[in-house]
Amino acid sequence: MSSIISVRDLSKTYASGFQALKSIDLDIRRGEIFALLGPNGAGKTTLISIVCGIVNPSEGAVMVDGHDIVTDYRAARAMIGLVPQELTTDAFETVWATVSFSRGLFGKKKNPAHIAKVLKDLSLLDKKDDMIRTLSGGMKRRVLIAKALSHEPRILFLDEPTAGVDVELRKDMWDIVRSLRASGVTIILTTHYIEEAEEMADRIGIINNGEIILVEDKAELMRKLGQKQLKLELKKKLDAVPGELAAHRLTLNGDGSELIYTYDTQGERTGITALLDDLNRTGIGFRDLHTTQSSLEDIFVGLVRQGK
Amino acid sequence: MNLRAVNAIYTFEMARTGRTLMQSIVSPVLSTSLYFVVFGAAIGSRITEIEGVSYGSFIVPGLIMMMLLTQSVANASFGIYFPRFTGTIYELLSAPVSFYEIVLGYVGAAATKSIVLGLIILATSGLFVPLQIAHPAWMLAFLVLTAVTFSLLGFIIGIWADGFEKLQIVPLLVITPLTFLGGSFYSISVLPPLWQTVTLFNPVVYLISGFRWAFFEIADVSVAVSLGMTMLFLVTCLATVWWIFRTGYRLKN
Ligand SMILES: Nc1ncnc2c1ncn2[C@@H]1O[C@H](COP(=O)(O)OP(=O)(O)OP(=O)(O)O)[C@@H](O)[C@H]1O
Ligand SMILES: [Mg+2]
Repeated sequence: MSSIISVRDLSKTYASGFQALKSIDLDIRRGEIFALLGPNGAGKTTLISIVCGIVNPSEGAVMVDGHDIVTDYRAARAMIGLVPQELTTDAFETVWATVSFSRGLFGKKKNPAHIAKVLKDLSLLDKKDDMIRTLSGGMKRRVLIAKALSHEPRILFLDEPTAGVDVELRKDMWDIVRSLRASGVTIILTTHYIEEAEEMADRIGIINNGEIILVEDKAELMRKLGQKQLKLELKKKLDAVPGELAAHRLTLNGDGSELIYTYDTQGERTGITALLDDLNRTGIGFRDLHTTQSSLEDIFVGLVRQGK
Repeated sequence: MNLRAVNAIYTFEMARTGRTLMQSIVSPVLSTSLYFVVFGAAIGSRITEIEGVSYGSFIVPGLIMMMLLTQSVANASFGIYFPRFTGTIYELLSAPVSFYEIVLGYVGAAATKSIVLGLIILATSGLFVPLQIAHPAWMLAFLVLTAVTFSLLGFIIGIWADGFEKLQIVPLLVITPLTFLGGSFYSISVLPPLWQTVTLFNPVVYLISGFRWAFFEIADVSVAVSLGMTMLFLVTCLATVWWIFRTGYRLKN
């Protein structure tokens, strides 16, 4: 069995009657970095909260490494570390106390060396005796990460870990995430920064209106849905796309100085050779050409729009 | 059983008390001393003794009970309400702990604190009035039972409350009146017969009566009844907590 988390037919209807999750099926592979993308209110936090035991599911089942999250919650939860979306910390505790508390709560033997290492990795060691309320927002975020890592989880949930975080912490965090992954920890993250998913994730899931609309290897996704554009900088401006080139479905940019050709990287043929031949024939000269690839963001926005 | 988790919660709660030593210990001791000055010295000079016990000594068990009840409820309710309020409860809910372990940690800490406080007040009383304790073991037993029971009640209130007002309303509108009317400062035998009967519906009467018996061997109701009623209340609280956790009432969406 290669999946470490398996979600089956999971639905959630809140007491208000609002259905936040609609029959979700999802498998997370052991050791991967999985990015869950979706617009605000899509159900990301709800899904994570159910897996972690904070919200009761309405229907369906979740298994964590073979342990049912309801009937065998101890074994399931002991494996999971959670960094919540909201900055919720004990204002009057010291950093050291709150992180040690988390370790105890998860039933792990005291291990000051481990706590010290976690704090050091997060550049929190010199703040260890400070009261949490005296820390900045970014520092509090670090504390939450330290709490989640204090008990050496095998699965780490990061719910929008980089919201309101500076470049430095983001870099620190991704370094930690990479080294955790290298040690075999499975990581599930949600983010609104699509570049992050693009940069970090092995697989990407897109959730919208409580439904998973797509799960795909990142590379595959990029390949499958990625469209490239070939832009030709013309020597002479054009008023319209010449009739001889109509078959290529070209567009002209605003001032007529560039011809733009859009093609699928997935297609057998790109059609570029034929286009260039035809250009030659019509005698339209170009100064330069370059290609651009649509980012995950374009793909994402496209998919979510389609869903609406 | 995740004993490390129970220990973590217990230690965390006790540390919180340590940080607020002033309001946790000093203020109850101060207010008890004020009661002694007002009731013991001022009123006590008029009422000489009740059933062979000087009035100052007579009110000691009632005063301790009063502090025990209010402090147990206040501590335990705040202890669990605060993480709900700030949102840090997420960690408790996502941890591999059973609800019984959570209760053990929170209620254990709140009860410990009240017991220590009760003993401090007992010692303080010794400075004002002569004290005798006929049955120290029973005295302790009632102390512990009451502290645990009312810490459980506080825990329930802390889960039920959805605002700081509700957190204070029960101690203010229920616990304090019941304690005052439950014979903290008088023997219910001084009441007219009708009111005596009404008073018997007040559970605090049984607590105070049993506790006082452990000191002076005088009681409004028999010790066995006191003990039985205390246990009944304890079991009721336990059952309520069990129901809360079974249903996830106010804890989980
Ligand atoms: N306790 C609740 N009661 C009722 N509805 C809720 C509750 N919590 C969340 N919802 C609703 O469920 C939906 C999904 O919320 P959720 O927090 O899972 O979204 P999300 O994908 O994490 O969004 P975001 O990107 O903003 O964090 C939202 O429409 C939200 O309003
Ligand atoms: Mg969210």
